[in-house]
Amino acid sequence: MTYIKTSSPKPGVVLIELNRPEKRNALNNATLQDIAACLQNLETDAAVKAVVITGNTQCFAAGADLNELAQLDVVSIQQDQRPLLWKKIDEFSKPLIMAVNGYALGAGFELALHGDMIVTGENAQFALPEIALGMLPGAGGTQRLARLVGQQLTMRWAMTGEMISAQSALQQGISSQVCPPALTVQYALELAGKIAKQAPLAIRAIKQSLKSIHEVTLSQGLKLERQHFVWLAATQDRQEGINAFLEKRKPEFRGV
Amino acid sequence: MEYQTIIVEEKNAVGYLTFNRPKQLNSFNETMHQEVSKVIKTWAKDSQIRTVVISAEGRGFCAGQDLNDRVVDPNAEAPDLGLSIEKYYNPLIKLITEMPKPVICAVNGVAAGAGANIALACDIVIAAKSASFIQAFCRLGLVPDSGGTWFLPRLVGRAQAMGLAMLGDKIPAERAVQLGMIWQVVEDEQLQAEAKKLAEHLAQQPTYGLSLIKKAIHAAADNNLDQQLILERDLQRLAGRSSDYKEGVQAFMQKRTPEYKGC
Repeated sequence: MTYIKTSSPKPGVVLIELNRPEKRNALNNATLQDIAACLQNLETDAAVKAVVITGNTQCFAAGADLNELAQLDVVSIQQDQRPLLWKKIDEFSKPLIMAVNGYALGAGFELALHGDMIVTGENAQFALPEIALGMLPGAGGTQRLARLVGQQLTMRWAMTGEMISAQSALQQGISSQVCPPALTVQYALELAGKIAKQAPLAIRAIKQSLKSIHEVTLSQGLKLERQHFVWLAATQDRQEGINAFLEKRKPEFRGV
Repeated sequence: MEYQTIIVEEKNAVGYLTFNRPKQLNSFNETMHQEVSKVIKTWAKDSQIRTVVISAEGRGFCAGQDLNDRVVDPNAEAPDLGLSIEKYYNPLIKLITEMPKPVICAVNGVAAGAGANIALACDIVIAAKSASFIQAFCRLGLVPDSGGTWFLPRLVGRAQAMGLAMLGDKIPAERAVQLGMIWQVVEDEQLQAEAKKLAEHLAQQPTYGLSLIKKAIHAAADNNLDQQLILERDLQRLAGRSSDYKEGVQAFMQKRTPEYKGC
């Protein structure tokens, strides 16, 4: 892993730090590949319950790698592996929290939008500046953002490239928490730590249930939710959860 | 570095910025805006400067906008007064309020219009006895800008703020202290010495901690109690990690005077 650093600062929690500071963590193919490969490994590691991705205090990721992009013509772009890499990140089934300080621009913003939750520093700035380069966001930017904040703001932001402050990201529901930049990673890890203590199968069911909201109708979604609900009834963790509540003790979930 | 409209001095970790267009009562033109913002931006990042003093040459402090730049031709299209506010005054007010170190304003004479509000944007305002504050905007059909309508009600309450802004009276320094608009009044000849004393004291204090205090107090104007309590927790977490806090606790235990580095 050349462009990322991984560590496990809390039980069950893995921290992935984008580590290409000289390029402001620009997401070249190799970095994206590192992230996708790393998540793929974590997917099957039962000890891992939640993952946090962050950049550094100045920059989450300042976009894609323009040198790489410039070399692609219409033919090679069709054979580009990047959509596949994004898909792999999207398919990660465990909770994925983005801890964003500083710039999250273009592909950096889109990476953040791949997270299930976003925690930002007060210095966070999001934008889709692709329009200034005569392009459009190509990794779900127009789609995921519009589903989060609606057409009005997404049109405006995608067509102007305007910066979105941490405060307005919070107000618009792009993030769930703003904190001082020096505490962003700590708070994201605390959030991940809380989740890591929950019943993994139920967490997985919640993520699946929520991720389907833009794929299916409400009645289909309610059906899926019900299926998850019924299925969880067969798990030992559910029994443990209920027993612990009735016995007024802390539950010990084992993911079974 | 030579400046046309200001005097800049750095001494004992204090940055002194003195408006220097005394004949025009230190009113702002474009050059002055550029020079002032350049200096303040540099100091904001310079860890050697731990307090800033803003003051002025001559008998006035600052008369706000130089109206010579704004002669209105009755037959021409209306001027866009928002332009210079967007480009210069608003960024200047934000530079002062977001500066991560104390900013002292020594008001030596009349502070009118934007000049008054630039003073009010500073953290600690001391004024000479003969100084005064005027929200002159209403007399020309304008609105107090440069943060005036934000600072005034927060400093003196709505009733007094309305009176000040709608009547545009000249408020003597002593009345400004009574209203809670500024921190202190001193004898005219004492002003510079008092400002220097205050600045040199603050420049030896835990600058990082002071910057967090400033942040918290500014945020309090907009936050509700819950939000503010959370902010205090966060800022205290950060303050607790500073080396000045360590030094402060150690010095207390060892019964000696702490030596703060500002970080």
